[in-house]
Amino acid sequence: MKRFEPVIGQDVGEVPVRLLFTQDEAGVLVDQAQEPMVMTVPHLILRELIAFLVLTWILVMVSLLWDAPLEAIANPSQTPNPSKAPWYFLGLQELLHYYPPLIAGIVLPGLAVLALVIIPYFEINIRRPPLFDEKRGKRLAALWVTIIGACVAMSLPAEVMPWVLVIPTLLGGLVITGSALGLGVLARLQDRSLAFWLMSWFILELTVLTIVGTFFRGPFWMLTLPWIEGIY
Amino acid sequence: MSSFPKKKRPGFAKRVWRSIVRHGAPNTNRNRSLAVFTNLFLHIHPVKVRRRAMRFRATYYLGGLTAATFFLLVVSGAFLMIYYRPDPLRAYGDMKDLQYVVWMGRFLRNLHRWAAHTMVLLAFLHLCRVFFAAAYKPPREFNWVIGVVLMGLTLLLSYTGYLLPWDQLAFWGVSVGTNIISAMPAGGDMVKLLLLGGTGVGGNALIRFYVLHCFILPAVLTVGIALHIWRFRKDGGVCLPPYEGPDQQATTASKGGSP
Repeated sequence: MKRFEPVIGQDVGEVPVRLLFTQDEAGVLVDQAQEPMVMTVPHLILRELIAFLVLTWILVMVSLLWDAPLEAIANPSQTPNPSKAPWYFLGLQELLHYYPPLIAGIVLPGLAVLALVIIPYFEINIRRPPLFDEKRGKRLAALWVTIIGACVAMSLPAEVMPWVLVIPTLLGGLVITGSALGLGVLARLQDRSLAFWLMSWFILELTVLTIVGTFFRGPFWMLTLPWIEGIY
Repeated sequence: MSSFPKKKRPGFAKRVWRSIVRHGAPNTNRNRSLAVFTNLFLHIHPVKVRRRAMRFRATYYLGGLTAATFFLLVVSGAFLMIYYRPDPLRAYGDMKDLQYVVWMGRFLRNLHRWAAHTMVLLAFLHLCRVFFAAAYKPPREFNWVIGVVLMGLTLLLSYTGYLLPWDQLAFWGVSVGTNIISAMPAGGDMVKLLLLGGTGVGGNALIRFYVLHCFILPAVLTVGIALHIWRFRKDGGVCLPPYEGPDQQATTASKGGSP
């Protein structure tokens, strides 16, 4: 049984405008204004080509100027002190300094990956209401309870006091508080959401851990200053 | 009979050229469209793109540059494969040859190493930017998950390549890493045994890392990137806030999309 007859025509008076029924918040984009478009060839292709050439040029120059490291041949009987993983795992190795391997090597990275994977399925960071648009006092109190709680939770299972995690968390709390109160340049961050602050905190911790592990750790994983003792 | 003039048959060279490239010079919009339609490699793009999506500040080109570093790595890696043998007795010597004997060997190795670091960094920055722009919102949820997997594959690729020079840095860096794996509560030691082909880092580990690094992981990553880009296009390309007129153009792209 034919229920619809498609009609094609130029006359707007005869052929009706297409109708679209959408549910609330279905997220259908309807073009309201004509967005300016350009041809892919040559506009986008040229930009891509230029970006690729600039990247290649930079990498070629770096490769001509700096040599990749090559140490002595592998020797299983001679353990270097310290033994360091590749730089992108040094954050993990730094964590292993504070926590037992099960927590530092498996639980924390596992939680981080899990959190990353589920982000889009829980509408995280999509609506983005400002964290402090209402009930500022209450929210600030809750923020500091959370931060102190997080610092305690990070310290309890640790074998060594994890200052590298605690200090950036406290500093982050100060920055968030500053933004809520609209202090100086931080006022610009006043409209940021909880998701923004959480992700920024995660990136900050990861960066600090990696930098400390890469530049500030020497023999026996003791703290060293790279400008005095060099980089191990 | 016919009053139309007979169309002249194109010359041989032109016919050969047209058998390869099916469209004329891209000096008309029709031919520019055909350049995309009839080209497998350009077909990852739509024929037209939004001007806002193309701006550097909209994406910093991070995804594309990550793919570009991967391409550079495949090319430089293929050249390195010619000179490198994954055997504990030869690997280190081959590295020395690459540094001192092979023409441009040192440059090739440098390029491969620095590009690898760059790829890890760019992929991570890409992930951060997509998060802050909330560019994973429906219908792009699963492409974000694919992206997280690609990030993991990138780290694995870099890590497996780390062992191949067979110097102290490689040996002990990989030893530290695999010791973390064995801390896994269930089957950690199994995974370590499977990865290393023994209890410690040795010849078996080297050949396993080599096969993972040069074949299995790049193959999986290539398919993953293809899927990632294909879905990116199917989901509507760069995620931007709704267009609200020319006056809004200056501010929207950098703030990302919020409905």
